[in-house]
Amino acid sequence: MKLTGAQILIECLKKEGVDLIFGFPGGAVIDIYDELMKSSIRHVLVRHEQAAVHAADAYARVTGKVGVVLVTSGPGATNTVTGIASAYGDSIPVVVMTGQVPTKLIGNDAFQEVDIVGITRPCTKHNYLVKSVKDVAQTVREAFHLARSGRPGPVLMDLPKDVMVDRTEFKYPETISMRTYNPTYGAHVGQIEKAGKLIVQSSRPVLYVGGGIIASNAAAELTGLATLAQIPTTATLMGLGGFPGTHPLWMGMLGMHGTYCSNMAVANCDLLIAVGARFDDRVTGKLDAFASHAKIIHIDIDPTSISKNVRVDVPIVADCKNALGKLVTFLKREKDINWKEKHEEWLAQVRDWDKKHPLSYKEEKGVIKPQYVVEKLYELTKGKAIITTEVGQNQMWAAQFYKFAEPRSLMTSGGLGVMGYGFPAAIGAQLAAPDRIVIDIAGDGSIQMNIQEMATAMEQRLPVKIAILNNQYLGMVRQWQELFYGKRYAATSMATAPDFVKLAEAYGAVGLRATKPEEVVPVIKKALKTPNLVIMEFVIPHEEKVYPMVPAGKATTEMLLV
Amino acid sequence: MKHTFSVLVENKPGVLSRVAGLFSGRGFNIESLCVAETLDSELSLITLVTRGDEQIIEQINKQLNKLINVLKVVDVSEGDFVEREMVLVKVKAEGNTRAEVLRMADIFRGKIVDVSPREYTIELTGDENKIKAVLELLRPLGIKEVARTGTIAMPRSKKMP
Repeated sequence: MKLTGAQILIECLKKEGVDLIFGFPGGAVIDIYDELMKSSIRHVLVRHEQAAVHAADAYARVTGKVGVVLVTSGPGATNTVTGIASAYGDSIPVVVMTGQVPTKLIGNDAFQEVDIVGITRPCTKHNYLVKSVKDVAQTVREAFHLARSGRPGPVLMDLPKDVMVDRTEFKYPETISMRTYNPTYGAHVGQIEKAGKLIVQSSRPVLYVGGGIIASNAAAELTGLATLAQIPTTATLMGLGGFPGTHPLWMGMLGMHGTYCSNMAVANCDLLIAVGARFDDRVTGKLDAFASHAKIIHIDIDPTSISKNVRVDVPIVADCKNALGKLVTFLKREKDINWKEKHEEWLAQVRDWDKKHPLSYKEEKGVIKPQYVVEKLYELTKGKAIITTEVGQNQMWAAQFYKFAEPRSLMTSGGLGVMGYGFPAAIGAQLAAPDRIVIDIAGDGSIQMNIQEMATAMEQRLPVKIAILNNQYLGMVRQWQELFYGKRYAATSMATAPDFVKLAEAYGAVGLRATKPEEVVPVIKKALKTPNLVIMEFVIPHEEKVYPMVPAGKATTEMLLV
Repeated sequence: MKHTFSVLVENKPGVLSRVAGLFSGRGFNIESLCVAETLDSELSLITLVTRGDEQIIEQINKQLNKLINVLKVVDVSEGDFVEREMVLVKVKAEGNTRAEVLRMADIFRGKIVDVSPREYTIELTGDENKIKAVLELLRPLGIKEVARTGTIAMPRSKKMP
């Protein structure tokens, strides 16, 4: 029996295990929506297409599945670009389906036509313009395969309206093999041996892990390696949760707003084992001074990440889980080594750095400190919440003061740094984990970038909690202006803002406000008990800063401390 | 340093744009680019000349390999290779210089492919240095137009010992 392109698309999505789509309809995708309505796949109607991608992104991060988005052509498609670029920056598997004008109108500047394949070429892992109904099934199969395999990433399929209406026989390609795409998963034995020998030879090793740990579900192998060889461990923002935040070998995040301990340890180590991390400039600071005395082992599934920013002594192109597993096996053969004794001096030094400058903040009477709010969120949720963040100071305080114990518990736009990510991400996360507490730690500036998604959350009955740390500024930019631009606060005041409590109520949600420190705990407790969408507004000082801070272009050891 | 890459890609719309976009997005320059179908009509061969230090070239190589439509990348300049470029040169040829232009074409094994009372159009092939030399020698005679194909290259066959 012949099926339409839209019917084939839905059948393929079902075969790919899709049970949820985030989207926004339009003329070019009416046929797909019509078929979707008849199917078992749940559709979540967002209020802006950017939010659909962020929600799908977080859904993918929590579940480990592919997040799926459906939008219309032209503006619907262009509105997804920020979300796609964010997913690309963080290597998150998302498939975005955009409607397109009929094939005969492509290139004619038709109504709501845009070359979305051209626009998204640099920010997708791959993209497709599907020009014939005969190609629909194969394209869907390839798109999902590409999104989830190798280094994951967003894939876009542009679907012209007539292709969705045309009919053909439906045949789902059960197996997939792409002549030009074969990611390397298994670590090379010779390289593992070289890496293992370097670990044995080193006396001051550090494990530096990134989002690859989470993407490859390698947390257990990582903890196994760190514990076996007694290696102090740090992570990038994307790697948080990949190693237990309460573990004795945990040093905290590194980089621009990383801990003193992590930055000093990396600067003084003799071996840096980078796993699923890409030496981002926010992590390395001034490159010449980053781990300058160390040999470097770099494990990454993407060869382009290796030796991109720093020279590497032992490159290992592989899936992190596979490589770490093999490294542990190799090191277990070294039965004569007493690792605790071997690294005793180094670990003492690390602990000393930590003791000297732990993460801290100055308490002030009668004033709510944002760090205190995050600490209380951690305590009252027992560290079990899924935290999403916006971007800026709120993001860094969340990263510093919430001790992430498990992978897939922090959703944040790391690579691209998208303000407006956190709330739609919280929606995606809550849909992925209905029984978990999901909190978006937000700033008053960021939350206003996708605040319209209150309607989505209400419609879907999602009890997401939004914690707004309101300093009436674009706090991080203001911090830079304060420290490096003589307090000239050019265009960073957010003093004109809605009454967030009333705004919550306007959507039928619950609004709570704390203006004094003693109100913080009751507000959080009340929010956690409320089975509804809640905005918690915490009025914090205008000029609170994120410390430690490495000024841009400086070495990570040149930190400004509290 | 100059590097010549042979990039075997799928013969599909947009693939060249992906390859070119990879360079422009990183601020790398392409000095020369040639593309044509191979014996297998599903594949095209791109010959691409670029410049960069060791780290840039390594990145270019890896990034090209990362593109989903790319089947194989060879930096042919890493070993012995042959390279050729074709150029069409329209040169003023009047009075005394008419014979001189012909001589030049002959010396460089060029072929006259069009003749008019005042001009000759010469077809020449050769490596970059030869093309450069010809153009320099013809310039004083009055070059009116030049069309170049860009470099195509191939690794030399391994000689039997």
